[in-house]
Amino acid sequence: MDLFEYQGKQFFAGYGMPISPGEVAFTVDEAVAAAERLGTPVMVKAQVHTGGRGKAGGVKFAETIDDVREHAGNILGLDISGHVVGRVWIEQASDIAEEYYASFTLDRSAKKHLGMLSVEGGVEIEAVADENPDAIAKIWVDPVDGLDEATTRDWVAAAGLPEAAVEGAVDILGMLYESYVDGDADLVEINPLILTEDGRVHVLDAKVTLDDNSVFRHESYAEFDGTQTRDERETAAHAKGLQYVGLDGSVGVIANGAGLAMSTVDVVNQVGGSPANFLDIGGGANADVMAGALEVINNDPSVRSIFINIFGGITRGDEVANGIVEALRRVAIGSPIVIRLDGTNADEGRRILDAHLSESLQMAPTMLEAARMAVALADAGEGAEA
Amino acid sequence: MSIFVDETTRVVYQGLTGSQGRYYGLLNRDYGTQVVAGTNPRKAGTDVDGVPVFANVGDAVEATGATASCIFIPAPGVHDAVIEAAEGGVEFIVAITEGVPAHDEARFYNLLKRDFPGVRMLGPNCPGIISPGRCNIGITAGHIALAGGPVGIVSRSGTLTYQALYELKEKGIGCTTCVGIGGDPVPGTTFIDCLEAFEADPDTKAVMMIGEIGGSAEEAAAAFIRDHMTKPVSAYVAGVTAPPGKKMGHAGAIVSGGKGTADAKMEALREAGVKVGLNPTEAGELMVEIVAEL
Repeated sequence: MDLFEYQGKQFFAGYGMPISPGEVAFTVDEAVAAAERLGTPVMVKAQVHTGGRGKAGGVKFAETIDDVREHAGNILGLDISGHVVGRVWIEQASDIAEEYYASFTLDRSAKKHLGMLSVEGGVEIEAVADENPDAIAKIWVDPVDGLDEATTRDWVAAAGLPEAAVEGAVDILGMLYESYVDGDADLVEINPLILTEDGRVHVLDAKVTLDDNSVFRHESYAEFDGTQTRDERETAAHAKGLQYVGLDGSVGVIANGAGLAMSTVDVVNQVGGSPANFLDIGGGANADVMAGALEVINNDPSVRSIFINIFGGITRGDEVANGIVEALRRVAIGSPIVIRLDGTNADEGRRILDAHLSESLQMAPTMLEAARMAVALADAGEGAEA
Repeated sequence: MSIFVDETTRVVYQGLTGSQGRYYGLLNRDYGTQVVAGTNPRKAGTDVDGVPVFANVGDAVEATGATASCIFIPAPGVHDAVIEAAEGGVEFIVAITEGVPAHDEARFYNLLKRDFPGVRMLGPNCPGIISPGRCNIGITAGHIALAGGPVGIVSRSGTLTYQALYELKEKGIGCTTCVGIGGDPVPGTTFIDCLEAFEADPDTKAVMMIGEIGGSAEEAAAAFIRDHMTKPVSAYVAGVTAPPGKKMGHAGAIVSGGKGTADAKMEALREAGVKVGLNPTEAGELMVEIVAEL
C-alpha cells in the first residue's frame, strides 16, 4: 500500500529522521489555520498517490496567509494524472542549499536490498538513471547481514556528498534502512534529501510503499488501508476480500487464479474487446465467492457482458458449476454471461450448466471462443444502448 | 527421469495437522507420494490418518529419513518454518503458503544460500511440484497430468500450469516434471534453476515456460536459453494488457517504472529462439508442434 507524503514523513519520524513541522488539511480554512499555527512562509503540497505533483501545480510556496488561501484553493480538487487532490500538507518552508536522493527497495534479480544515493536530487530518479547513471551510487545489502555504519560511510563517499552533509546523511541513511526493514516497506524514498543553508541534512519529501503481506505484524497499518486510492468498484471488491483491479472496458471478467485472470484479460483484448476488470476468485470458486464476484461486476455500470473463465483443478468442475448456479440464484444479473469451464470433471460441470443455458447464460468450449462470444455480446449491448 | 523429486522423495508436511495441510498432504499420499511425517510441536506423538507427527523437522528426519519438506504453515510462521526445515536436514523445501512478507522471503533466501547451500527452496506462494506418476508435492490435481515425457514445465502461475498440464494430456503428451515456482517477488527456485535441470535431464526433450508481468526473471531466462539450452522451449507470458502500477493478484505481478512488461519479456524470449504463444492455448499448440518434430 502507498502512503501519502505526510504519512511517509510521520513513518520516517518514528525512526528518528528529521522532518519539518506540518499539518494535514482537507479544506482551505483548515490549511489557513494550520499555516497560522506553523507560521509563514510554508509550502502547500498536494497529497496524492502519484508523481509529477510539482509540474501539475500541486506544490506551491506561500509567503503569506493570503498565499496559503489562494494556493490551497487551487490545489484542493486539482486533478493530477487522474488523482483528485482531497488533502494538502502544510509544512514550514526550508532554506535549501543542496538536494540529494536516497532510497531502498528490493532488487528482485539480485534478491538483495538495493540502496540508491545521488547528489542529483529533486528530479525524477528515472531521468538521472537514463541521462547520468554514474551520478547514482548503488549498494546491495544482504538482508541477513544488514547495513553497518562503515558501509554507509563508504556509500556516502562514493556518492560524492559534500563534507558538510556526510554526518547527517550517514545518520539518516541508517535510519532509512531501519525503517525499510523494520517497517516491511517495498520502497522508502527521500527525494529530495536536503542540506539546509544552516548545515542540517533534512527529509523534505517521502515516498513509502508498504508490503500488504506484512500487516499481520503492524497493527498501525490499518489506517493506511483506509487512505488507498481505489475506485468504487475496487472498494467494494476489497471489502469482499477479492483480488480485483478496475479497468475501463465493457467485458466483466471472473477467473480462478491470478495467472488465468491475467490471461483472460489478455485474451479479451486480443479478440478486439475491452475488459472492465481483472478479478481472481482463487482456487476454490464456491457459490459464496462466485456470488460476491458477480455482485461486484454487476454493480459496474460499464459492464455489458460477463466472461466467467474457470479451470477445475482440485476443485472439480461439477462443484464449480453448482457454485455458479447457486450464485446466479442469489444475484440478479444485468448482463449476459459466457462461461468457459475446463479441467477436472468439466463434462459433469457442463451438464449441470446445460440445464440453465439461455440467451443470457451461454457456454463455450474454449477460452478464445468464450472471449469472442463475450466481446460480441458486449458490442451488441453497447449498440442497443446507443 | 524427472527433476528435483521422484518416487524416492520422502516428504514431511509442516502443518499436516491443519486443515489445508491435512487435505493436501493426504491427497499427495493418495497420489503415491511418500508422505512419511508431519510436524506440530504441540501434537508430537499423535498421527494424521496414520502419518506420524513429530515436534519438529529434525525429529521427523531422524525417525523417518524424510528428504523433503512441504510447508502449509500460515504466512507469519513461514520464515521460521523454512529455517527449521533446513536445520532439520531436508534437502528440498516447498512452501505453498501465500502472503509471506517480502522481507522474510529475502532474508531466508539469503540465509539458505549462505548457511545451507545444498538445500533447494521452492516458493513461497506456489502450487508445488509434480513429477507425474512418481511424486506430487503441493496442491496440483494429480490426475490432470500425464506421466512420462517428453515435456518439462516451469511456471509462475498455478492455474495456468494446470491448464498447460491438462491441454498436453488431452493431446496425449506427458510431462517429466512440472514446477510451479510461484508468483512472489523472491522465489526460492527460479526459471533458470529449472531450465538448467531440464536441460540436464535426459527424459525431458522440450520445455514449456509460463511467465507473467513483473521483475525480470523471464528476461534472465531468455538469456540462459539463448546461451545454454539445446532443447526447444515454448512460452507464454500473462499480463500483456495489465495496467502499470497495479498488482495483478500475485505480489510479484506488477509493472513498475515501465519495467517488467509482458511485451518486453516476450520479445526477449523470441530473440532467444523461444516459440512464444499469445495465449495459453496457442502456447500449448506450439508445444504440440515441437513434440511432433522431436
